[in-house]
Amino acid sequence: MKRAVPLATGLGVVVVALLLTRLGGNPYYYFAAYVIFQYVVLATAWNILGGYTGYVNFGSAAFFALGAYTAVVLILQFKAPLPVLILAGGLVAGFLGLGIGYLTLRLRGVFFSIATLALAVVLQTMVVNWEYVGGARGINVVRPAAILWFRTYVEFLFVVMVLLAVVSATVAWWLQHSWIGRGLAAIRDNEEAAECMGVPTLRLKLFATTVSGFLMGVAGAPFPYYVTLVEPASAFDLNYAVNSLAMPMIGGTTTWVGPVIGAVLLGTAQQVATVTISSALNLLIVGVVLVAFVILAPQGIVGLARKVWGGRAT
Amino acid sequence: MFSFDLLLNVVVAGVLLGGFYAAVSLGISLSFGLLDVVNIAHPVFVILGSYAAYAANSSFGLDPILTGVLFTPLFYLLGVAVYRVYYASFEKKGEESLRGLVFFFGLMFIIEVALLLTFGVDYRLVEASYIGESLRIGSIGIALRLLVPCLVGLLMTAGLYLFLGKTFYGKAVMGVSQDSLALRLMGADPIRIKTIGFGLAIATASLAGALLILIGPVEPSIGREYIGRVFAITVLGGMGSIGGTLVASIILGVAESLMSTFSGPSWAVAVSFSILLVGLAVRPAGLFGR
Repeated sequence: MKRAVPLATGLGVVVVALLLTRLGGNPYYYFAAYVIFQYVVLATAWNILGGYTGYVNFGSAAFFALGAYTAVVLILQFKAPLPVLILAGGLVAGFLGLGIGYLTLRLRGVFFSIATLALAVVLQTMVVNWEYVGGARGINVVRPAAILWFRTYVEFLFVVMVLLAVVSATVAWWLQHSWIGRGLAAIRDNEEAAECMGVPTLRLKLFATTVSGFLMGVAGAPFPYYVTLVEPASAFDLNYAVNSLAMPMIGGTTTWVGPVIGAVLLGTAQQVATVTISSALNLLIVGVVLVAFVILAPQGIVGLARKVWGGRAT
Repeated sequence: MFSFDLLLNVVVAGVLLGGFYAAVSLGISLSFGLLDVVNIAHPVFVILGSYAAYAANSSFGLDPILTGVLFTPLFYLLGVAVYRVYYASFEKKGEESLRGLVFFFGLMFIIEVALLLTFGVDYRLVEASYIGESLRIGSIGIALRLLVPCLVGLLMTAGLYLFLGKTFYGKAVMGVSQDSLALRLMGADPIRIKTIGFGLAIATASLAGALLILIGPVEPSIGREYIGRVFAITVLGGMGSIGGTLVASIILGVAESLMSTFSGPSWAVAVSFSILLVGLAVRPAGLFGR
């Protein structure tokens, strides 16, 4: 029974999103909402490694962009359909996570963080030098004509992203409640003790890095069709690295619901702020809020809520 | 076509670049290698130093290196303040691994965006009489804008080496992360020692920043390129060994110089990352690790 509830909620969210597109409304709202759900995927993905396991990934932008550019290559080569793009983007980014994890996770966690930090710069340099995908100028991707019964392709992408967000949250929920999640939490709390108790720490860490990278790649794969002009500066935007880490930290890192709350709140606030105030100032606010939460409310909004109500959220 | 003169010039330029990289990496060797404070925001403090030098140069015509020296006390205090917050919020509670890292990341982001809002995205540069000059020794040309930063970098390295090896506070900084109890028994407060060490690390960023803007124009996000470099150097140099930092800096400088001459400048960034990854995978203790 307990398992059926989140599944039903997830399905419900997707159905509501579908019905919304039937009602119509300002196309800009779907354009903006897409970004928010994209952040739900990214924040959830980050949290599987960062929040559950305690290893900080600063290179979310690299994994995201890798998903996006994998999609670009597949579109240019084979005109591959969207589901293939999403799967391929996820797989490539997942392999990158596995590789980086394999090289650095046997050491102290900070080395993983430092490697991911440098990773984004290096991948961006490679893409800038790769003429086939447009180099520094970027490349135009022709969006397919409207599909199924949707008015525009962006509305279709919006529903796809909602579905991906629900899938990510379900994966995070499942991980949290499975023995894997308990193993990851043991690593976070005391890695040596976990190892001594027979938790296969390296294998679990690699699993978490791969799943996390996979989901970030998945979030990036529809990006070419969303923006239609893919350029390195926007695909590797520092925004992705900052937000996918700030959102779980603000929402709360120990449960699946924290990143979702953080992404919806911070994502919506940023969409409003970008329209009303300058985007640079907007970024400054994200930075300040992030540091304030890390210092003053380390358990995030979920932790604050628990303190107020004294109960246990799921 | 391969020519010996070209190779010689490239290697000399790489060594000079290495001297400058040492100046940028000393602060990381100090904070990350010796104090165990993973200050990933260090490169952005260096950029802050560059903009301080730029502001003083453009409004008062001050020499960038002089400005770098003048600003060191201010940067020292900034470092002290940052460490106080870091200690009280994270280190004291043993939460430095996850939240401490995120704290420095947030700090880096805030400083970068603040610089962006104040100075804009344009590249900024400084003016000094020696910037365009160069020396010629035989077939080797040495640009002063590379030679001066290298010499200052070497001086900084020597100064820090002497401070750590010869003075009481220096020795205390060397020992604080190894055995803080022993340090306490020696009558020194570990927190105070770490505060001094961290202040010093940030103080080096002031001078390193001045050197950076001497070498070439600077914009707020340029610090990101240096994250891979400084950590590659620190790991390769053996985490906190000052001599090791210098040698690793020169290795990286020469490798990047060769790479950018023979495969194009945009690939130079990838060198440090490869060194970092291979170093971590093969020999995490570094070339000179204990």
